Amino acid sequence: MTLLQVQDLCVTLNTAHGPQEVISHINFSMDAGEKLGSVGESGCGKSITALALMSLLPLDSQTKGKIILEGQDILKLNSRKICSIRGNRIGMIFQEPMTALNPVKQIGAQVSESIYLHLKLTRKQTLERVTELMDKVGLPVSRFGLNLYPHQLSGGQRQRVMIAMAIACNPDILIADEPTTALDVTVQEQILDLIRELADSSGMALIMISHDLGVIAQTTQNVMVMYTGNIVEMGSTMDVFQNMSHPYTYGLFSAIPHVGSSALPGRKRLSSIPGQVPELHLRPRGCNFADRCSRASKMCKAKEPMATRVSDQHQVWCYHPLSCEDKK
Amino acid sequence: MKKPLVKIEDVYKDYQLPKKYLFQKAPVFRALHGINLELHQGTSFGIVGESGCGKSTLARIVMALDEPTSGTVFFDGQDLFNMPAAELKHLRRNFQMVFQDPYGSLNPRKNVMGIVAEPLDTLKEKLSYAQKKEYVAQILSEVGLNATDTDKFPHEFSGGQRQRIAIARALITRPSLIVADESVSALDVSVQAQVLNLMMDLQEKYNLTYMFISHDLSVVEYVTDQVAVIYMGQIVEQGTTKALFQRPLHPYTQTLLRAVPDVNPLNKKLKNMPVIPLFEKTLESCSFLDRCNKATRICVNNAPELLENEGQLVACFNAE
Amino acid sequence: MFRTLAEVFRHGLKNRSFVIGGTISLLFFLIAFLSYFWTPYPVEDINIAEKLLKPSAKYLLGTDHFGRDILSMLIQGARNSVIVAFVAIGIGIGCGVPLGLMAAAKKGWLDELIMRFNDLTFAFPSLISAIMITAILGPGSVNSIIAIGIFNVPVFARVARGAALSIWKREFILAARSAGKGLFKISIEHILPNIASMLIVQATIQFALGILAEAGLSYLGLGTQPPMPSWGKMLNEAQTFMHFAPQLAIYPGVAIALTVMGLNLFGDGLRDVLDPKLRRRR
Repeated sequence: MTLLQVQDLCVTLNTAHGPQEVISHINFSMDAGEKLGSVGESGCGKSITALALMSLLPLDSQTKGKIILEGQDILKLNSRKICSIRGNRIGMIFQEPMTALNPVKQIGAQVSESIYLHLKLTRKQTLERVTELMDKVGLPVSRFGLNLYPHQLSGGQRQRVMIAMAIACNPDILIADEPTTALDVTVQEQILDLIRELADSSGMALIMISHDLGVIAQTTQNVMVMYTGNIVEMGSTMDVFQNMSHPYTYGLFSAIPHVGSSALPGRKRLSSIPGQVPELHLRPRGCNFADRCSRASKMCKAKEPMATRVSDQHQVWCYHPLSCEDKK
Repeated sequence: MKKPLVKIEDVYKDYQLPKKYLFQKAPVFRALHGINLELHQGTSFGIVGESGCGKSTLARIVMALDEPTSGTVFFDGQDLFNMPAAELKHLRRNFQMVFQDPYGSLNPRKNVMGIVAEPLDTLKEKLSYAQKKEYVAQILSEVGLNATDTDKFPHEFSGGQRQRIAIARALITRPSLIVADESVSALDVSVQAQVLNLMMDLQEKYNLTYMFISHDLSVVEYVTDQVAVIYMGQIVEQGTTKALFQRPLHPYTQTLLRAVPDVNPLNKKLKNMPVIPLFEKTLESCSFLDRCNKATRICVNNAPELLENEGQLVACFNAE
Repeated sequence: MFRTLAEVFRHGLKNRSFVIGGTISLLFFLIAFLSYFWTPYPVEDINIAEKLLKPSAKYLLGTDHFGRDILSMLIQGARNSVIVAFVAIGIGIGCGVPLGLMAAAKKGWLDELIMRFNDLTFAFPSLISAIMITAILGPGSVNSIIAIGIFNVPVFARVARGAALSIWKREFILAARSAGKGLFKISIEHILPNIASMLIVQATIQFALGILAEAGLSYLGLGTQPPMPSWGKMLNEAQTFMHFAPQLAIYPGVAIALTVMGLNLFGDGLRDVLDPKLRRRR
């Protein structure tokens, strides 16, 4: 069943160079319980997409298109109704747990905030719910207590508090925006496990936003690869990672050093994508990746590519997608 | 054996923490705990560890930006912490650093010329402005920037280009050692590859020695010849990159390697199980005791020393 | 981040308080400057026959109890205010900024010493202490400059130290240190340019406070001495004639209020323009 449908979403932000379209014509949909990944480099619009879903974009931005959550277009709602969705139907985990938590409020109070707001429970019920949540995220009240302040916790524990806040009202969708980027690998592993388990056990849909292909590979079923405000490749994680078709996806994948590289003979260079991500106001016409792409033709520079089907569950926005032989 | 370029000898570093009470003796945090390392000319040495393990402190001590509480560092046979300040200043031309944050490590109020030419002041001979400009232009083109960019300011460049400026600044005095403290972690993947390649090219060209500090294991494995894994201020494992990554001996190294998410969604590899500590940690215990899944009784009352084990150095009683 | 004054100015034009405050301040400076060349009447001229006149074509704002032209006195008074405030700011920046930079660079006991001394000066209300100093040194415009200047020192020391401390934590300072630069050179070359905008903003606000303090001291008879006119003294003299010539008090009062407000607005606007993060929100 389709839970969320994003149709033709465009976001324009006010920048130093005047209003600029940071996201252009994005379409995707997700089912209840689905785990969707969004991957790309900084400035590709993956975080802006998440903020648009939460209606948390700056006031001077413009959003066009539709974001339909169970038949209801979020973008058409008034701010009071949006508040009842935000935190209640959609929860979000941010990248930096230190800044996303209020440093002068006890963690118990911060977790209970949205419960008070949305579930309208009594004081006692709220306390029970908070206790239950803290158990779920691995900060049992018996050992940690609710009266701690964020600075008394480690980075991983703070992220656990953030998760507790995000899932407090049993949201339908949990958005995790680079939830582990600020954390060490061992802690990252634990937090990713936690998020995965929570999503599995409660049937929550998950949108995992990350620049780390490994994180996406290990946590999602479907993935969209974004570049400069467009989706360039989308499909099931398995298909996309096994059979990368967009030159950008492939370039991104080849540019990361893999664990185990020391086993390979000789010292090689990483293959890198030439050039750099174009700035907002300097985005080219046609395919945004054309300037950095070795396969670009005249057509790429003239007109934006349309979606091409690679397989049943795998689409790519490219005139010259890679075939298996190209990757040898 | 050749003489090492850098010899870190039994370095301890304590930091005083703020006092809780007015007349209390200030509590001490031990950031480094007896570090011994040798770096050889033309090789890359990786330092791996989680945040707060003391790897950045070590970098600052090697750069003589911080003094160790005890122990010392020899650069090319000269004791960095036992020489006149003026001599140290001139010696600084031989070791330079590339920092993590491409935004914070360049003074926003200075142009590229001012930033890149700064270390030239450590040279004994005084250079004229025209000479400096020539040096800067040359080094800029070497790191892949325009030689004509000298009048621009940092904010006119992207993250990757800024890191190239930082590399140019580090290279301008033709040093033999570059300390790279998380130099590529703030960069996007595709740009990170460009910068890593550049650093490796430059190493071959100038026979540079790198001390490469990172929390990113895959990057360290890619770039370095030797690695030391640091946990709570101590080296727990050290060896050639190849051996250490293929056959990690210390439980901590194994934990770290297992935690890196695999880019292949089919690889559901061995995961780290949450560790339930079997023993109570005391002051004498192994520092990794509370996170170790191989701990035995001997680990509780004794801290293991860094001993040779099949060509690698490991600090663990139960290394296999 | 701006490099040229022209750029600051161009962005400033979009900011309302910058424009209004800047215009008022500019007008004030121009008037003060004007007094060197021309005033409608010499301010020393006493003409008892024409005392306490209402505004007329001859005397645009009327005359005071000695028959002096009020407009001329206001213009001359502006000059005095500017000089006192300006030199006092100079003393504040000249002593305070080096002290603040030194405290931030050396830390430790020197920092403690400088900052505790700061606290000591802060502990006394500035105007009362200024009165104390002028009482000891004797009244006069030079002494009032010194008194006001001394109270600008800790303000600038504090602002400079706070801003410098945050810059010291940045990585480019580490880079400069690994280039072999000493504390002094780093303070001058790296710290100072990065805190300059903050100091400029603080200076405009202190300037307004300086004018206010000068008016206060002159009002009490401790500042500018006769026959030099001053806004504060005009207020004082006007007191006696409050009932039948209230305009005598209104003119200098409005002048003080307008100038202080203009400078404060200008300072606020300048802060917004120089700090891009704040500017975005407007």
